[in-house]
Amino acid sequence: MEICGGQTHTIMRYGLDELLPKGLVLVHGPGCPVCVTPLETIDAAIDIASRPGTILVSYGDMLRVPGSRSDLLRAKAQGADVRVVYSPMESVKIAQENPSRKVVFLAIGFETTAPANAMTAWHARKNGLKNFALLVSHVLVPPAIRGLLTSPANRVQAFIAPGHVCTIMGCGEYKQLVDDFKVPIVVGGFEPVDILQSTLMLVKQLEAGEARLENQYVRSVGFHGNLQAQRIMAEVFEVADQKWRGIGAIPQSGLRLRAEFADFDAWNVFDLKSLCVEEPAECLSAQVLQGLKKPTDCPAFGMRCTPENPLGAPMVSSEGACAAYYRYRRHAAAS
Amino acid sequence: MCLAIPGKILDLEQKEHSRLARVQFGGITRTVSLDFVPEAVVGDYVMVHVGFAISRVDAAEAERTYKVLAEMGALLEEFPELEVPSSNS
Repeated sequence: MEICGGQTHTIMRYGLDELLPKGLVLVHGPGCPVCVTPLETIDAAIDIASRPGTILVSYGDMLRVPGSRSDLLRAKAQGADVRVVYSPMESVKIAQENPSRKVVFLAIGFETTAPANAMTAWHARKNGLKNFALLVSHVLVPPAIRGLLTSPANRVQAFIAPGHVCTIMGCGEYKQLVDDFKVPIVVGGFEPVDILQSTLMLVKQLEAGEARLENQYVRSVGFHGNLQAQRIMAEVFEVADQKWRGIGAIPQSGLRLRAEFADFDAWNVFDLKSLCVEEPAECLSAQVLQGLKKPTDCPAFGMRCTPENPLGAPMVSSEGACAAYYRYRRHAAAS
Repeated sequence: MCLAIPGKILDLEQKEHSRLARVQFGGITRTVSLDFVPEAVVGDYVMVHVGFAISRVDAAEAERTYKVLAEMGALLEEFPELEVPSSNS
């Protein structure tokens, strides 16, 4: 299983899975932060955006993710002030330039993005901003892998760990997973050669009956990761239980703002009604995200569910498995 | 979302609490924060994610990535209907 949605897209774009011999199956993991952001968070963002006097600032790929009734792009079309940024720091600038408006940044992502989001909160507090908050929904990879490995439905024998998450966090948690579950893990990059080399390293381990942690992405990943990034994450965030869209709650698998940042925590600052809504019954995103089904196994794939009219997040996100299959492989994949 | 791309540091700038750099990615230039890679200097290649450098990269590796990206562009231009890559690419 490759964890990261960016790796899934590389596999699909270059048809790497079709180049591999039969009997070697790549399944796609839940490494698409947009896909696993809970429905409630999307609804909260739309709620905030739709209030008078607010500006909702977000990464671009969140805009078309379906909430329970709408999405941010539709809210924008109906008059909400929703702005897309490349860097979260731009949201601080928006807050400084609009002192009479309440600016909220939708801070999502895995560990790769957490340091940037943390730095944004840090700067907001340093600058004494009174009109800025973050709506945080962060997810952590190792608890998700642990959840997958402890599931009775799991058939995954080896993992390609996400190279940019490990650039930040280092490899220690993955070493722990190898030790606990005796499963080979290779930290892999995102180019086609990186994926193929990582797969080869895993196959060699499996054939030799070994279970070790190896690092294929040495040009970016060190064992200890990026200490400055980890430090700002620890200063701003703390680990919390987190709901993953489609999968459910995984304990200690997310991040929330620390108490010192309560004034910048949108969950605290705004009165957000929590709706508990089910996904459309047709949407198989839960099973796709856990590698139990391929997007092409879904009866709605490519017909009732397309990037223009998605039933679930994996069809919308640039890292979603369903979107990757739709873009590069519209017919049912030969397995 | 977890994608980071390599860029070359052209120059540096200390601004308030941040160390910033002008970084070149293939054809475009962007201002990037070096808060997480304080040891980076002009001429270094860094992996950049959402406006922040997250690691330093070996220059030869970065060039190889650009080459692959350029080849990818060329291939797609020649065969726009291509869904499955040719086996010798």
